[in-house]
Amino acid sequence: MSSTTGFSSYFHFSQVDWASMWSATGETIWMTVFSLVLVAIIGILLGLLLFETTDSHSLWARLLHWLAAVFVNVFRSIPFIILIVLLLPITKNLVGTIIGPKAALPSLIISAAPFYARMVELAFHEIDHGVIEAAESMGATNTQIIFKVLLPESSPALVSGITVTGISLIGYTAMAGVIGAGGLGNLAYLDGFQASNNTITLVATIVILIIVFIFQTIGDLTVRRIDKRITR
Amino acid sequence: MIDIKGVSKVFKGKKEITAVEDVNLQINDGEIYGIVGYSGAGKSTLVRMFNGLETPTTGTVTINDTVMSDLHGKELREKRQKMGMIFQYFNLLWSRTVLQNVTFPLELTHVAKEERQAKAEKLIETVGLKGRENAYPSELSGGQQQRVAIARALANDPELLLSDEATSGLDPKTTDEVLELLLKINRELNITIIVITHEMHVIRKICDRMAVMDAGRVVEEGSVFDIFRHPQKEITKQFVSEEETPQLSDTNVVIKELLKQVPTGKIIKLTFHGDQAKLPIISEMLRQFPEIDLNIVDGSIHQTQEGSIGTLYLQLLGDGQEIVDAQDYLHKMRVETEVIRGE
Repeated sequence: MSSTTGFSSYFHFSQVDWASMWSATGETIWMTVFSLVLVAIIGILLGLLLFETTDSHSLWARLLHWLAAVFVNVFRSIPFIILIVLLLPITKNLVGTIIGPKAALPSLIISAAPFYARMVELAFHEIDHGVIEAAESMGATNTQIIFKVLLPESSPALVSGITVTGISLIGYTAMAGVIGAGGLGNLAYLDGFQASNNTITLVATIVILIIVFIFQTIGDLTVRRIDKRITR
Repeated sequence: MIDIKGVSKVFKGKKEITAVEDVNLQINDGEIYGIVGYSGAGKSTLVRMFNGLETPTTGTVTINDTVMSDLHGKELREKRQKMGMIFQYFNLLWSRTVLQNVTFPLELTHVAKEERQAKAEKLIETVGLKGRENAYPSELSGGQQQRVAIARALANDPELLLSDEATSGLDPKTTDEVLELLLKINRELNITIIVITHEMHVIRKICDRMAVMDAGRVVEEGSVFDIFRHPQKEITKQFVSEEETPQLSDTNVVIKELLKQVPTGKIIKLTFHGDQAKLPIISEMLRQFPEIDLNIVDGSIHQTQEGSIGTLYLQLLGDGQEIVDAQDYLHKMRVETEVIRGE
């Protein structure tokens, strides 16, 4: 019986190597969470830079804004699969290898951080300017405004932004897997597609869906808990 | 004491806009000073120069011997901590509870945690929100939110409280409650309050002195009582009459209707100030001039900080000479008369 054709080819569970499935799942989660943490930090810093230098009168600030905006727009526009290939020499220099989960990190971070930075900038712009003015009128320093007004007041948008970014990162890790980064994408491609084993592809897909679902749920619940704008 | 000398503010952009032009004002300690004007008159820009949120293009704002535009960085922030400000849309932090909103300015000045807490609780009680400490702003009504904002503005024991259209977003009853609260704060804590508003009602209710702004300039200035009694400029008269008879148009309708029904007679407007508003002047007039028939078209009495002002629209019917004598009598009693329509 051929295992590559027909609907039944999806259900040969005996052919699934669960140990490698688990380790691939672990790699996917590790790549996603590790890069997400760095994406959050870099994205917030970059978003803050974009926000603080918007409409500034100082020439230096305007130059900084322009540079940050160019960086964000360029790296947000490059298709991820091309970015990985483009960054191969840099990746080799940074992490010493171009294979394995670690090798995926630079391109994951560089592609997702600008995406998140734009969301952070938008979240800050959505804060009522009057609230910032009120803090200024009370004699708050810029640092106090950032930590006591901007970040807490935009927190629901920051969290829902990181949820969306996290979910696209899961997709990126699968793509990275195809060029040897490991994880579920790699497994689905090598053991599923190239070995003509549809069951593995299906199982890998389901596991990815579960991870996405868990991410989304955690994000939504967090937003609900921290958003005090609506009375429930 | 606040001294504003020759202050102008020009916004440069595609088109130059002069928001404030050559304003000179003196505001005494402990006084409630009102600045009234229609939107776009420059009053919000002016008040933002008090705490340095805007800097004057020319002129100086001096607050207790400190020229605001001389201050920068840390000095400016420290001076601002001694000024409270409240806004039309309250500008509370929605992510913080009532208590945390009130402790916010104390966190900025690094007050110890227990002290912050105690101070905030006391202020929340002062503004009448005891028991709502752990509510979030979204759970409060507009009036309650403004009370939180007032408590927050008072946290650092300010010498000056700036109120920028603080009651404009509130309904009339809540407006009165918030105004009462401002009056109480002024009396109990002896804080100078600057009130920016487009509602004459707000000025009349709590202010001692006032300025009227129009197109960036102060066109009239003085005690609230004097300005209500003798408004000089057209715009001031508009503001005062809006407040005297909120249904002025109704009055005109009534006068027209009366004139149609009784084509004879004179319509006059009487203005009583202070003690005269309490005297039975009209009944005395009728006793002295029994031939006159009298119709009351409209009337109102308002309380200001200095006393009451009454307005009465009368239709007088009868012998022409008798009416003139009656008007002389009113004049003698120091009641102002204004002929709305002659015979």
